[in-house]
Amino acid sequence: MTAPFYVYGLFGDEASLLLGFVIGIGFGFFLERAGFGSARKLVSQFYLDDLAVFKVMFTAIVTAMLGVYGLAGLGALDLELVDFVPTYLWPQVVGGLLLGVGFVLGGYCPGTSVAALATGRIDGLSFAVGILGGTLSFALALPLVEGFYLSGSLGTLTLPQVLGLPNLAVVLAVLGIAAGGFVAAEWVEKRFGDRP
Amino acid sequence: MNPYLAGLGLGLVLLASFVVMGRGLGASGAFAATVAWGLNAVAPQVAAGNEFLGNYLGDGSSHPLKTWLVFEVAGLFVGALASGALAGRLRVTIEKGPRVSTGARLLAAFLGGVLTAWGARLARGCTSGQALTGGALLNAGSWAFMLCVFAGGYAVARFARWQWR
Repeated sequence: MTAPFYVYGLFGDEASLLLGFVIGIGFGFFLERAGFGSARKLVSQFYLDDLAVFKVMFTAIVTAMLGVYGLAGLGALDLELVDFVPTYLWPQVVGGLLLGVGFVLGGYCPGTSVAALATGRIDGLSFAVGILGGTLSFALALPLVEGFYLSGSLGTLTLPQVLGLPNLAVVLAVLGIAAGGFVAAEWVEKRFGDRP
Repeated sequence: MNPYLAGLGLGLVLLASFVVMGRGLGASGAFAATVAWGLNAVAPQVAAGNEFLGNYLGDGSSHPLKTWLVFEVAGLFVGALASGALAGRLRVTIEKGPRVSTGARLLAAFLGGVLTAWGARLARGCTSGQALTGGALLNAGSWAFMLCVFAGGYAVARFARWQWR
């Protein structure tokens, strides 16, 4: 049996929506378990008091990366059929900076604001309403920023392609960087740890 | 929960999404579908003619909210609610420092949401759809995005700290 199952037609659109709901339950469960329904916990990352955001994100990235590239290497998952967001370098750089500023100012990101709202945070609700307003204003303003929105277009591009290295080499490098990052994060928390 | 254990759980959910669906997790796309649906209800011509939101409306044969990400984010809500209930963490509250007014905190959260939406739309995804999903796929633009999220956050963190004092 070869994955992704949906793309291979193992089930239809209606079933995919139900599976999306189930996958979402797992997503929300672990976000809340990690403490990410709390703005105070999330922003602690940026005051070096609690680096859980980095630890959780990179553990998740490494876990899924090892699974995806491992299964692809075994021929069980066809990477060609997995959805890669195309690279538009400049809007993604500026978008990342803006999202980082919004994250620190508002205390959440889109997914965590829903987890916050689900657990009763009114500031999470306010953030979510802000996302709706921001999305609407972006959509209406798109003709004004379209040139920039489409700039730096490099198509589907992976780090191994950029670096000219085999997938395995980059997977191992990310694994090493994450391991080093975890050691550094534990040290930083001991050195600077003090809740805001 | 231990952050490495929570990250392992999150990573396995993300991996399951790749294997089952051929796509990763997301969040901001569900907000975009909601905006498309809302604008379509009050100003259908504006919505249909909008280059970005029009994509979410398609040919009008399917309800704008009947999309994968909306169902996934509905699940996110339920999963977070269940986890919070099991841990006794459900409480209507506003997270802020003791010396910060409610209005100031809610305004900051709202403005943060607006900036985040612009960031996610320019980048074609947020912390979920780009950083987590694209990070695991070793997608080049996603890694550039993720590094910039941390850079942007650290650059301005000192100016937002008043909210937590």
